[in-house]
This record gives sequence, C-alpha cells and structure tokens, in this order.
Amino acid sequence: MTVITPEAISEAARPTKHHPRRQMTAGSVAAQLFMLAMAILWITPIAFALYVSLRPEDETSRLGYVSIAHTLTFKNFTNAWTQSNMWHFFMNSVWITLPAVIITLVLASGVAFVVSRLNLKFNIAFLILFTAGNLLPQQVIITPLYRLYLQVHLPHAISSSGLLYDSRLGLIAINVSFQLGFCVFVLSNYMKTIPGDIDEAALVDGASLFMRYWRIVLPLCRPAMAALATLLTTWIYNDFFWAITLISTGNKRPITSALANLQGQFVSNQNMIAAAALMAAIPTLVVYILLQKQFIAGLALGSSKG
Amino acid sequence: MSSTSTEVRTRPAATKRRRRRSVRRLTGRDKVVVALLLGIPLLLDLIFVWLPALATVLLSFTKWTGVGGIHLKSCTTAGTLPGLPQPGCVYGVQNYSQAFNSAITPDFWPAVRHNMLWLLVFIVIATPLGMLFAVILDRGIRGSRVYQSILFLPVMLSLALIGIIWELIYAPNLGLINTVIGHNKNSNLIDWLGNPRLNLWAVLAEATWRQAGYVMVLYLAGLKAVDPALKEAAEIDGANSWQTFWRVVFPVLRPINVVILVVTVIESLRAFDLVYITGGGNPVKGLELLSVLVTQNIVGETQRIGFGSTLGVVLLVISLVPISIFLYQVFRREEKK
Repeated sequence: MTVITPEAISEAARPTKHHPRRQMTAGSVAAQLFMLAMAILWITPIAFALYVSLRPEDETSRLGYVSIAHTLTFKNFTNAWTQSNMWHFFMNSVWITLPAVIITLVLASGVAFVVSRLNLKFNIAFLILFTAGNLLPQQVIITPLYRLYLQVHLPHAISSSGLLYDSRLGLIAINVSFQLGFCVFVLSNYMKTIPGDIDEAALVDGASLFMRYWRIVLPLCRPAMAALATLLTTWIYNDFFWAITLISTGNKRPITSALANLQGQFVSNQNMIAAAALMAAIPTLVVYILLQKQFIAGLALGSSKG
Repeated sequence: MSSTSTEVRTRPAATKRRRRRSVRRLTGRDKVVVALLLGIPLLLDLIFVWLPALATVLLSFTKWTGVGGIHLKSCTTAGTLPGLPQPGCVYGVQNYSQAFNSAITPDFWPAVRHNMLWLLVFIVIATPLGMLFAVILDRGIRGSRVYQSILFLPVMLSLALIGIIWELIYAPNLGLINTVIGHNKNSNLIDWLGNPRLNLWAVLAEATWRQAGYVMVLYLAGLKAVDPALKEAAEIDGANSWQTFWRVVFPVLRPINVVILVVTVIESLRAFDLVYITGGGNPVKGLELLSVLVTQNIVGETQRIGFGSTLGVVLLVISLVPISIFLYQVFRREEKK
C-alpha cells in the first residue's frame, strides 16, 4: 500500500472479500440478517416435508404436522417404495432420460458444428429456427402434436400401444426435438469461441469434415457438453407436461409424472405421498450435490449470449 | 499456432475469404455429412415442433372432435346427421368468438387474468427478489456459498414435487400455516388451496419460491461477467452502492435482463404442473390457466381440437413478443457481420 498504483487504489476502493471484518457496517449486518431469514424461509418447505414424511400418519393426523415427533421412522419410505412399484417408474425415467439426453447432445452438436464452423448461407436462419422452437410454450403445439401422435402407427415390437402416442419412443422424440433448440444455441456459441485455424490446420492435413467435427471440435466442447448434459438430465427427468399429455397408460409414465397417480393412490396418507415425492427427487438431489457447478455453468452459458 | 492466430487477426478480410473458400472445398462425402448433421435434427425440429405450431394456427379455424378426417367444407353447410360422429369442418373465426365470449366460455377470461397475474408476480416479486439475492451474494458476504446453495435448491426440484410438498404447508387441519396462525379448528379453517380467492396466491407463492432462485443464478452469472473496474470507477467518483448498481451495473446487464424477461414471460405462460398437482388433475375454481384449458380440450371423452388450438394460438401470439425481442437482441449483431 506504500506505492500507490492504480491497482492499489482499486484494491482499497473495492469492498473486497479479503477483509470481511472491516466490512461489518450496518448495511452488511442487515444483508446478513436478510439472507439468514430468507435461507430459513427457503429451506422450510423441504425440511418440513422431510419431517412429516418421517412420521407415521396416525400420529400426525392426531397431533397435526406441527408437533413434537414421538416416533421417527422410515416406514413411509419403505411402504411407498414397495406399494407403488417405484423402481419400475424410476426405470421408466432412466429409459427415457438417458437416450433423450444422448441423442439431443449428438444431434445438437452436429447442427452447431455446421452453423458455426462452416460459412453456409442460411446458418443464422437455422439458428433462429432452432432457438425459437425451444422458446415456445409447450401448450402451443400440444393439440396438433397429440393428434399427430395418434396418427403415427408403429410396430408393436417398438410400442405396445401400436402408436407413437403412449409410447416411450414418442416421449423421447418430443423431448429431443424440444430441447434441441437450447443445445444448438449454447453449443454454436461455444464453438464460435474455438479458433478457426484449428480445423483449418486439420483441413490442410486432409482430415474429412466428419473427422474435424468428431475428433477435433467435439472434444474441445467437453465442458459445454458436460454442463448441458447436467441441465438436460435434470429437465427431462423433471418433465411433467409431455408425459401427462402423451402417455395415457399409468405404468408407462416416468416417475415425475407418475407422482400425480401416486397422489390419487395414497390420497389418505399425505406422509407417504411426501415420502414418495422426496424419493423421486433423489436423482436430482444427487445432481444438486455433485454437479451443481455444471448445472449453473449450463444456465450461464445459455444466458450469456447477447 | 500462436503465430498463425496473430497473423489471422491482422488480416480479418483474408480469413473470411479463406473460410468461404473452405466451404467450396468440401468433397462429395463431406457434403453428405453436412446434409446429415443438419438434416436429421432439422427434420425432427420441423416435424415435432414447427409442423404442430403451424397446424395449431390452421386447426384453430376448424371444428373437429378428432373423429373422422377434416373436410374443407364450411360447418354451416355440412349439416348434422344425428347419431353419426361429425367429421371436421371449417369453422372460420367461430372458435375465437366463442373463446372470447364469457357466456359461452366462462373460463377463458379468468384464465387470461390468472396468467397475467402470474406474470405480474414474477416480474414484481420473484425477479427483484432473485436479483437482490444475486447482488448480495455477489458482494461476497459471509456464508455466500451456503446461502446460494439453499436458495438454489428449489430450481433443481420438479414442479410436481414442489406442488406435493407445499400441500403439507397449506393443509387446512394439519398444515404449517394454519397451525401457526391458529386457524386449524374446523370452525375457522382457511382452505388455502381450495378457496378460489386464495388459491392462486398460494400457488404463486410456490412458483415464486422456485423462480427467485432461478433468476438469482442467471443474475449471478451476469454479475460475474461485469468488469469490476466499472464499479470501482463509479465508487471512486463518489457513487453509493445503490447508484452504482442502477446507473452502472444494471445497464451493462442488459443482455441478461432480456434473457430473464423471456424466461419470465415464457414460464408464466407455461405454468401448468403446480396447478395440475394441486387439483389432482381436475379443474379447480380459481386456478384456471390457459395451459390448463388447452389440455382440457384434448383429454377426456369430448375432444375439441379446433377450440384447443385456438387457445394455443392465443398463447403463441403472446409468447411471440418476448421471443422476438430475444431473437432480435441475439442475432442482430450477427446479421451485421
């Protein structure tokens, strides 16, 4: 601090993270109190649900949810798990989410490569088409889509309903098509930041276009792909609307939309419904704990263009 | 590699020309690859998103129960054969006048009002709250990371789950709120999710709980990208933090603001899951929304494809406003290149 450089001035002027103690002004105390209150408010619904789900229904119906627990038990969780065949619904989700995420990323990276690395005439028009498609409210397209799904016949080996409607394939198809737009947008922005000379050099070496896409550009996009994979997995797993409208057979539904059925099945036992709902959230909670950074990075990538 | 890149940077015109040429240098096999890389996703996007979007507009001028095909005849001349299912027919703007007529469709205007209220609450409460969280956290107060994780948690949860766990908060006899405020006796119960005067607000509290965390994360990303020198300059010039934020930081955040505007409008038009869970799949008085009306017309015994499409068009028209603003902001600069 003895030599006054511009950096030193800015260092002194900035309310830095390095000297938290010097910052204990009225403002920062108020901020601290505000955030504390908000954090408590925000955690309450989840903590409360967990508390209720750990208590037997006959006890809470007598004392209310807001009472001291006499018994804490995992009974609601185990009962919900066995009585509702939750494993089956989990696997439905896995077999929809996993293929959908992989297909979306592969397809979107191909489009992004073409529109961002080759100077085609209509690349901006393509980008706009994909991006805008992802922004439409689902309800705009659901009515014709529903009719379309009833028109398309599939072999019974692929869909037990014989139609695209009420089939796993149909649900994967709409999730892929709908999420493509967002991924194309993010990946093409990302690919534009990779220097053009990299594939120029490969071109000189005689690499084919596919090689440049698959071996050179795609590996460089790994961070963006990881972030998108995290986002997509969460979004598609959490999807409710497509599954409710396009899957009519209860036991074909993925777990998130199956919660609506469980709600009817366990209507007299809210504690068990809460337990089921919390179990359904376990995969997203794993993502939350392990991959929160990736998730946030994905959102940041999607919003940082302008 | 570094020498080439500096060379390229000094000759942008040359690079451009070279890049153009590289397209022409594509071999026949390369062209097939381009066609596949672009063609397959394009086909999916067109078939599953844009074809239905276009069909919504066309179908909104027809009357169709989904039985039989659609004939390009006016419904007035088609005539009715009792007992036989009617094929689709051209209905003109009848669906629209029926939708807007509150004697025929009593739920339409309440639904529009509720969607608008949803949007308003997101703009007036959820967004400023999320912004405030982001600004405070960005200043690096103690425990920032813990606060951020907690406030962000609802964003990870599905809306179906959120609807279910909040029912415990709102439960009339046993729930958290009524117990705390002493309204849990059968004589003075407050039915938060059933009472048509209250239930929209109750559901909006759930939606805000999630949306604020979403906005917070987007703003945090934006704030991280703001050049700290800007803030310092303003502070050296004697601006307080309020002025610094609104006069210096906020204008720089314009792109993020547009993203949040889009997210806010689209999310409030898409609102569906919470209401569906709250009603257990049945319509609830006080919770009419456009999205709910759309789905009511395709499920159940009597499908009204034309009418459902009409409601879809209403949603489409509203959503085109923020979508256009967003696309204009993002692609304007690229067009210029």
